[in-house]
This record gives sequence, structure tokens and C-alpha cells, in this order.
Amino acid sequence: MALLDINNLSVTFDTDDGPVHAVSGLSLSVKRGETLGIVGESGSGKSQTAFAILGLLARNGRTSGSVTFDGQEILGAPTDALNRLRAEKIAMIFQDPMTSLNPYMRISDQMAEVLTLHKGLSKREAVAESVRMLDAVRIPSAKERVRLYPHEFSGGMRQRVMIAMSLLCQPDLLIADEPTTALDVTVQAQIMDLLRDLQQEFGMATILITHDLGVVAGFCERVLVMYGGQVMEEGPTVPLFAEPAHPYTRGLLAAVPRLDEEEVTMKAIPGAPPNMANPPKGCPFRPRCAYASEACATMPPLEPFAPGRARACHVEPGRVAA
Amino acid sequence: MISFVIKRLAVAIPTLLLLIILSFVLMHAAPGGPFTQEREIPPEVLANLNAKYGLDEPLWRQITTYVTSIVTEFDFGPSFVYKDRTVNEIIAQGFPITLTYGILSFLVAVTVGVTLGVVAAIRQNTWIDYFAVGIAIGAQVLPNFVMAPILVLVFTLWLGWLPGGGWQGPEYWILPVIALSTSFMASIARITRSSMLEVLTMNHIRTARAKGLPERRIILRHALKPAMLPVISYLGPAFVAMITGSVVVDVYFSTGGIGKAFVDAALNRDYAVMMGVTILLGALTILFNLIVDLAYAWIDPKIRY
Repeated sequence: MALLDINNLSVTFDTDDGPVHAVSGLSLSVKRGETLGIVGESGSGKSQTAFAILGLLARNGRTSGSVTFDGQEILGAPTDALNRLRAEKIAMIFQDPMTSLNPYMRISDQMAEVLTLHKGLSKREAVAESVRMLDAVRIPSAKERVRLYPHEFSGGMRQRVMIAMSLLCQPDLLIADEPTTALDVTVQAQIMDLLRDLQQEFGMATILITHDLGVVAGFCERVLVMYGGQVMEEGPTVPLFAEPAHPYTRGLLAAVPRLDEEEVTMKAIPGAPPNMANPPKGCPFRPRCAYASEACATMPPLEPFAPGRARACHVEPGRVAA
Repeated sequence: MISFVIKRLAVAIPTLLLLIILSFVLMHAAPGGPFTQEREIPPEVLANLNAKYGLDEPLWRQITTYVTSIVTEFDFGPSFVYKDRTVNEIIAQGFPITLTYGILSFLVAVTVGVTLGVVAAIRQNTWIDYFAVGIAIGAQVLPNFVMAPILVLVFTLWLGWLPGGGWQGPEYWILPVIALSTSFMASIARITRSSMLEVLTMNHIRTARAKGLPERRIILRHALKPAMLPVISYLGPAFVAMITGSVVVDVYFSTGGIGKAFVDAALNRDYAVMMGVTILLGALTILFNLIVDLAYAWIDPKIRY
């Protein structure tokens, strides 16, 4: 049985300009200990998917479909039921380490409250355990620095603190929402190395949400490509990168600048992402797709086409890969 | 921190001096004087009175004499109108009363205002929110000089529950405190509500939710502190305004605070009492601005003096 099973999830925001469909009919599953990457550009619905899992959507967000964790339905579950899962079973790291930690509380208090709440530890034990976890994420002289406030740490160090805080209860599932986007490149690499080591050490299933294909390639066993709130393609990382079977995946990969080629022009995908308040009919990628045809006016279903792989496209896989 | 406080107190001295000079000049520029009466006083008598109180000296000399006696003897001079009383005595009698209902009103306004604002923010766009906002707006548009007689009418004349004036014990405190605190409570409620709504959308609150903390703890431990920052900057001036605005309370409830003494002094041109109360309120304003800054540093660890 899968650890996390999402079935036909939709997320809609009620705004003054009408409903915005951030996620439409998304399905995915994550097995215990598995690493899944969710890739897509800004506004593709990848972060909202993560928020929906933990019930962290903004107040005007509505969901439909089903999310089961360990066999238990958690979509739309009451807050106290979700609170038993949050941090304890499913933990999350956010994009912006500068603002995601509480600037008005000491790191020790922010970390310790997770353990006093979920594990019933005393304050002293909780702080000691927090220090051990800060050591594990390689924060130097953690014993002293646990007393500091977030603004006394650099961005990379703050993200380490976030990671340490998320792992305190040794969750079964870690959702990392763009954990390195706000950091500079050398720090990004350190954080991803750290996450990889910790994932192997603790063995938790991990969903890594990112727009950085390089980060996914180095971290995830399986990848899900999202566009316009829907899954375009899904499959094991290596074949998906080697032979993309969806025009969007292909466009994304072509847009990655390469150091081993003379060409310096970036190959961008023409056009702009769809406005989800007024999405295009049929396949959301249709207006930007080089292969688009009449058939694309209806959204193709996500269908398996090779072992472990699935895609939502009317164009034959061979034609796209060529 | 200590050097910051010392520095701020040092700056207070020239500020107060400036306040004294400006008030002195303005006061003397106003027509009339302490000895102006309906019946003309003989010029010789007036000259004698002026000489006795030093009013025949040039203005700059009056100011230096006044400041010198304050600095050397903490003597704010005799009242020009109440012949046997000094300014120190008048303030010593009225200020404890003003301070009592001022502090009580402050506590009531902060407690009720913050609670109302927080509850309204948590239950945004529900009937609780509309109810709280309704109360806040109602309380704000009702001036205390309207509120005070209504309170007396209802609680003293109709219901007979509370005394309508005087200052003889805790039951005399209730109506003045309600009259004085209501509009401040309303402002605090509105500021708290909008500030709390903003804080609740912040990223670190989402982190707190993701940690599985109960809502109560999220509000009290994670949201309240940052939400209090704009409220605190309002509280310093508000406290001083409660004390200065107490004239309505003093007049309607005969509480005998310095608000009444201040207005009487202004109408009677009792220069010394006017100056004394002005300096007191000026010093309080400076003190509370300093307290606000210290409270900021206490809440926000990024602020260090």
C-alpha cells in the first residue's frame, strides 16, 4: 500500500475575479521511503498540492477529491485530526527560510515546542533533542546557537534549522517546497547534499517540489511534471530525462542551459503560463505547444505507455522524443 | 540598553526646556491675566500684585527665574488664583486621582480592545467579527462627553447602581473608567484586528500550522507578539491622551483630577498651574514614548539599543 495516495485532487480559490483552478484532477502516490519530485514552473499548482495535503491552503481555498495517508482520508479532515499528523507523520519545509521561521522566538523555543507537543517531552529534554538535530544538519556549535533568534543566522543556516525542525519527530513523509530556491547556488548544493544524506539516514519518503530540473535529477527516483494544475508526465527520473514523452517535459529539458555546448542562447518555451482564472480549453499547454492539433481541444487522460511511465498527450511518444 | 535610556533622558531635558519656553510665550501672548476681573482693579494694586509675582519682569527673566526654582528647589511656584496653595500641592492632590482612573482605563481599554480585536480577526467575516467591529465603531463615534451623561442617566438616575460623581472608593471609579476607556478600547480593537489579520497570513504562521500546533497556541505564542507592534506604538500617546483627556471625566463625575485643574487654570489665566500641568504632561509624553521604544525592543529581537 502506498504511504500517500492522492486521487483526483482539485484545488480552487474563490477570488473577486471568480474561481481560480490551481490544481485540477491530480493523482499521485508515494511509497514508503520513496523520493518523488514534482516539477513545474511558477503557478503550475505544485505548491498548492503540497499545502492541500497538509490542510494549509489559504482561507479562500476549496478542495475536492481524496488524499489518503497510511490508508486514512486526510483531505478536509478536522484541524485536530490534521494536527496529529502534522510534523509527527508529515513534515514540511518551505521555500523562504528568511520568513518561515518565527522572527520573534528563539530557535530553541520554536524547535522544542514540536517535541513537547507531539512527544510529550519536557522542555529540557526537547531542547537537548533539538540540539542533537541541529548537529545532524551540521550547524556548528549548535548547543550555543540554539539560543539565538532566526535573524542571527544566514539564509542557508536558517534552512538547515527548518530542516532540523521538520525532522524532529522523524516523520514518514517530508514535503520540501522549493527548499533551495531562495538560496544562492553554492548554498543550494550544500542543502541538497544534506537533504540527500538525511533522507538516506532517516529513510522518510520525500516529495521534492521544485522548478530546478538539476535538483530533481540528483535527488528523486521518480518525477511528476505539472503544468496548469495538471500532471503532464510521470515516470522514473532516468528514462523521463533521457526520453521525455511529453512536449512540455521536452521543452523544459531543452531550456536547461548546458555547460558542454558552445551554444549560449537559452532555449525558452515560447509564450507564457496560462492564467488559471481563465484556463485554455483542453490541454493547458496547447497554446505553447509545437505539436498542438485539433485533438488537443480535449484534455487527454494520463495514460501509462511504458513500464512505470505515464503521460497526458495526444501526440505519439516517439514523435515527441525525436 | 542602559546607555540608550540615559541618552533618551538626556535629550528630554532640552525638549522640556523648549516646551517651557513655548508655553510661557504663548500663555503670555493670550489676552488677559491672572488678576483680570470684571471690576477694574486700581492700577497701583495691579502693579503691586504684578511685582509680587514677578510679572513686571521681562519675559526672559521670568522664564529663567521659573526654570531655576524648578531645577534647584523643585518649586513650580504659587498658584496665582488660589492664594494659599502652591502648584505642587494642586498637582499632588489631583494627579493621584487622574493616575488611578487613567491606569484603570488603560488596562480596561487594552484588555478588552485586544481581546475583541483578536477574536474578530480569528473569526473574520462571521457574526462574531461583525459584532466586534460594530461595537468598536459604535464606541469610537460616541464621544466621552456624550457617553458620560448617558452613563450617569442610566446607572445613577435610572438604575441607581452606581454613584454619579465624587471620589470616595472603588464604586466611584467604575463610571469614569468606562467613559474614559471606551473610545481607546475601540481604537485598540480596530488596530489589533487589522494587524492580526495581516500577521495570520505570514509565512511563519503557516510554519506553526505545519508543526501541528493547536490554534490557541498559534495565536498566543506565534501571532500575538508581532500583531501587538502597531498597537504598542498607539498605546504610548494613547495613555497620555487618556490623562489629558480626563477633563471631561473630571467635569462630569467631579472626580477632582488634574484635568479639571488644568482647564480652570487656563480659563483663570493661572499661569503657574498651567505651566505645572503642561510640564507634567510633557514629561509623561516623553516617558511613555521611551517606554514604547523599550517595549518594541522587548518584543522584536531584531531591535537592540
